[in-house]
Order: sequence, then C-alpha cells, then structure tokens
Amino acid sequence: MPLLEIRNLRRAFYGLDVLRGVDLAVEPGGITGLIGPNGAGKTTLFNVVSGLVPPDAGSIRFDGQDIAGWAPDAVSRRGLVRTFQVARGFPKLSVFQHLMLYGRDQPGESLWQAIVGTRAARDREAELAEQAWATARFLRLDHLIDNPATALSGGQKKLLEIGRALMAAPRLVLLDEPTAGVNPTLQNEIGERLLELPRRGITVLLIEHDMGFIARLCDPVIVMAEGQVLTEGTFDAVRADHRVREAYLGRRAA
Amino acid sequence: MPSYLLFIATIGGIYGLLALSLNLIWGGAGMVNLGLAGFFAVGAYASGLLTTAGQVPIVAGWMAALVAGGFAGLIVTLSTTRLRQDYLAIVTLGFAEVVRLVAANEIWLTRGTDGISGIPGPWKSALGQNFNSVYFLIVVAALVVVFLVVRRIDRSPYGRALRAIREDAQVAQVAGKPVLRFKTEAFTLSAAIAGLAGALYGHFTSYIAPDLFLPLITVYIFLAVASGGTGRPAGALLGAYLVMTLLESSRFFVEWIPGTTAVQRAALKELLIAVALILVLRLKPSGVLPERIPPAPRPATGASS
Ligand SMILES: Nc1ncnc2c1ncn2[C@@H]1O[C@H](COP(=O)(O)OP(=O)(O)OP(=O)(O)O)[C@@H](O)[C@H]1O
Ligand SMILES: [Mg+2]
Repeated sequence: MPLLEIRNLRRAFYGLDVLRGVDLAVEPGGITGLIGPNGAGKTTLFNVVSGLVPPDAGSIRFDGQDIAGWAPDAVSRRGLVRTFQVARGFPKLSVFQHLMLYGRDQPGESLWQAIVGTRAARDREAELAEQAWATARFLRLDHLIDNPATALSGGQKKLLEIGRALMAAPRLVLLDEPTAGVNPTLQNEIGERLLELPRRGITVLLIEHDMGFIARLCDPVIVMAEGQVLTEGTFDAVRADHRVREAYLGRRAA
Repeated sequence: MPSYLLFIATIGGIYGLLALSLNLIWGGAGMVNLGLAGFFAVGAYASGLLTTAGQVPIVAGWMAALVAGGFAGLIVTLSTTRLRQDYLAIVTLGFAEVVRLVAANEIWLTRGTDGISGIPGPWKSALGQNFNSVYFLIVVAALVVVFLVVRRIDRSPYGRALRAIREDAQVAQVAGKPVLRFKTEAFTLSAAIAGLAGALYGHFTSYIAPDLFLPLITVYIFLAVASGGTGRPAGALLGAYLVMTLLESSRFFVEWIPGTTAVQRAALKELLIAVALILVLRLKPSGVLPERIPPAPRPATGASS
C-alpha cells in the first residue's frame, strides 16, 4: 500500500487553476523525485499536503488516513514533515534551537512539566541534544551551532531546513529543492546521506531541478506540468519521454 | 528603610509582577496585550470584593484573583483565535476599557467611582508600623516565585516553542507545535499573574477605584519591558524598577524647577520620563539586559572532530 496517495487534488488561486486534479502515489521506503518546469505546481502541492494551504477538492491519504484539510501541526505530528524552497525559520533562534524544536514527543513542552522540570523532560532534552549535535555535524553546521539563523548564509539555511526536518524522525519527508544553493561537494555528500534515509524508515519525496542529482537518487521520478502529473517512471524512461521535453520547452509557446 | 522608599519598593515589585506577566507573552510569544491594566483590575476587584463584602480570608482572595485574571485571559484569547494576530491587541485594549466601565458603572457590585475602601491588609492591626515592611516581603516572595516560574518556562522546551511561534507561527506549526494551545496557555498564565499583582496592590493601599487602572499603567509596563530587555525575565524585572525609579525621581526633580505651576510640573514629569526612556533605547536598542541565545550543551563524549 502506498504511504502517500493523492487523488484528484485541486487548488486554484484567484481563478487560476494551479493544481488541476493531481493523482500520485509514493511507495514507502524509497526516494521519489518530483520534477517539472517552473510554475508547474510542485511547491503548491507540498503546501497543500503539509496543510499550509487547504485543498479545494480531492483526497490525500497518508499512512492510512485522509489528511486533506488537516492543520499543519497535526500533519507534522502524524509523521509528515516538509522543508521550504525559500528557507524559512526563526531568525533569533540558534541552529541548535531549530534542531531541538523539531524533536518529537517532548515532555518539556507541557506547561506543567516545564515549570516543575520533570526528569522525563530533562532526559528527553538530553537525548535530543545528542541527536541535534549529530545532525549538525552531518550538515557541517556544528561550528555554527550557537549562531542565530539570521547569521547563516543562504546555503547554510537550506542545510538547516534538511537537518531540522530529520530531527522530527518523520515517516515521510517532503524536500523542496533541498540542495539549491549548496556547493557541489556538500551537495554530493547530502545526496549520499539522503540515500541512507529509507533504511532508517524515512521515505523521501523531493523536488529538484538538478537532473544529475535526480538521476543519482530518485526512483521513480514523477513529472508535473501545468498542475497535473504528466508521467512517472525511472529517470531514463522519463527523460526519453517526448511529452516531458515538450513540457520543459514550453508546449504552449511552441 | 524610610517608609517612603518602602512604599516605592513595594509598588515597584507589583510593577515587576506586571512586567514579568507581559514579558511572558510579549517577549516570549510575540502576543501584544494592550489591556494589561484590565487584568490587573480584575484581580484587584476580585480579591477586594471577596475580602470586604465577601468576608473571605485574604489568602483566598489572592487565589481568587489568580483564577479570575487567568479566566479573563482565557476568554480573551479564545475569543480571538479565529482572528488575525493583531486583533488580539485591539481586543485586549477594548477589554481593559470594558473592565473599567463596568467597575465605574455597576455600582451595586463595585461601588462605582467611589471605589472600594477598607480592603484588609494581612495582620495589619497587629503589625502597626511594621505593616509596610512585612507587606514588602510578601511582595518580594510573590515576585521570587513568579520570577522562578517564568524563568523556568523561558529556559524550557516550552519557552523554545513559544519563541518559535513568536518568530514564525506557520513554521512552528510545520514543526508540529499546536500553536493555539501554546498561546492560550501562556496568555492565561500571564493574565493570572497580572490578576495576582492587582490583588497585591489592593491589599497594600487598601483602596481601589476605576481611575487607578488607566491604560497609562499598561504603557508604563511596556516601557519597562522594552527598556529592561524583551524576552528575558531579569530584564523585565529590571525595567520595572527602572521605570518606577524614573517616575519617582522625576517628581523630585521637577519640584526644583522654579516658577512652574503644578500642571506644568506634571507635564514636565511625563516629558522627563519619555526622554529618559528614549535615551535608554537609543543606547541599548534591545534593552539593558537583551535576550540571550542559550549555548548548546556540549556533548559529554567529546567526539567532535
Ligand atoms: N498563494 C498563492 N497565491 C497565488 N498564486 C499562487 C500561490 N501559490 C502558488 N501560486 C501560483 O501557482 C503557480 C505554481 O507555483 P509553484 O510554486 O507551485 O510552482 P513550482 O512548480 O514549485 O515552481 P518552481 O520550480 O519555480 O519552484 C505559480 O503560477 C504561482 O504563481
Ligand atoms: Mg517550487
């Protein structure tokens, strides 16, 4: 059974149909690529699935439940976490605080436990702190761990996006152009690390414009154009598809 | 301590409680409460009425003030959940005015603009001259307890989530935080603290009236938190005493200026306070004790290479 199954998802803005009946399925335990020309509706799809934008119609089945129209925090706690194409965050919070914030099941987030300072809260905090350090090291952010997010470069902000999503130990992570603006060496390394995620029980759906990156990581690859899924298959099959080429070149212009 | 200083220190402590209350939600979660004076009044009236007309013990009155303040806070936040964030500021402002109008007009309950006098002080007749000293210690005790509570929150995962909500509530939701729960709880606790401050005020001066809860108090507390340091309990507390000191010292200062009428002196006093606070914020834009980023605990294993 697919981990994520989207049926006939629709969403319009100001009369412009941005999602025009999206149908797609993501099987558990892999890295699925989502590609398509600028404005195809990829980010909008992430916005709707993650609950930031309610759908006009359609269903989103995640892990056996229809989450269409759920609040973003409920979707997130259910195990579906997304990152942002244009990095967003909490300007005055440090890298460490960003990572810690995404940790799941924190007893210290209950007002009462925060005030009395329970053992459970302390233990969980220590556990998460260890994970946060490991994540920061992996993303080469450990030397910046006490820096506020405003003090990070564009690429480092993107890295922090990935890091904090992983801290949530999600079942499915939606990465929106995770390595845009990241230098090639680190991009390669991140690619390597992303390949490990399915083994840790994390399924990945990622948007990317870098075709080399997609070719190396993703199977299958889903192609979106003009608010619909155009086709799906292995990278080579998709690349050979003339409709995909047309979509990228601009069918309407031709 | 001269009784005048003791009086100032006690009122300063009560302002300190209000500053801690405001800092919890404004510094902590970015929620603007322009009706702080209203919650202060709710607590003062709850305890004042219960201990005079209601004849309950003073401590029960204080507890009731906590509950009444918190309950008012809960109602105000819940009624604004469907509105955009800036509406909370407007609703709280309106709330404080409503409280003042009710206090002034529901004469059967509040004795209107005459106010409530004869609010009992703890062991007042037995203590005689020492009442002010003992009451100061009571206020300090309340201040210490509230300070420790809000500082714990500030340094906990709860405080971290509140800060995240302050910076970007939508991303905080993506991080899985139930924003509404955090905001409602924090605002309720903050309003409860303001209510307690109100009760402590009433039992100290033994008299409360609608005119004592003007929006000017809210303004003073905002100035206190902003100049002391938003987002840091110690800063808020320092700011409260800073504002209190300014308020009182400017009063002496203007007395020395010859050839001024009482009205002019009052206006000069306000002007001096404004100038002083502008100076503080010019020199220290994030307050005297600005918010700090707590350093990440270093891993004990030392496996960092
Ligand atoms: N909130 C919104 N209001 C109005 N229009 C929107 C909104 N969100 C998206 N759109 C429109 O939807 C279309 C698709 O945008 P989207 O960001 O989903 O594209 P994308 O596939 O992610 O493109 P890119 O590869 O450039 O990131 C665009 O034309 C955009 O203007
Ligand atoms: Mg996009």
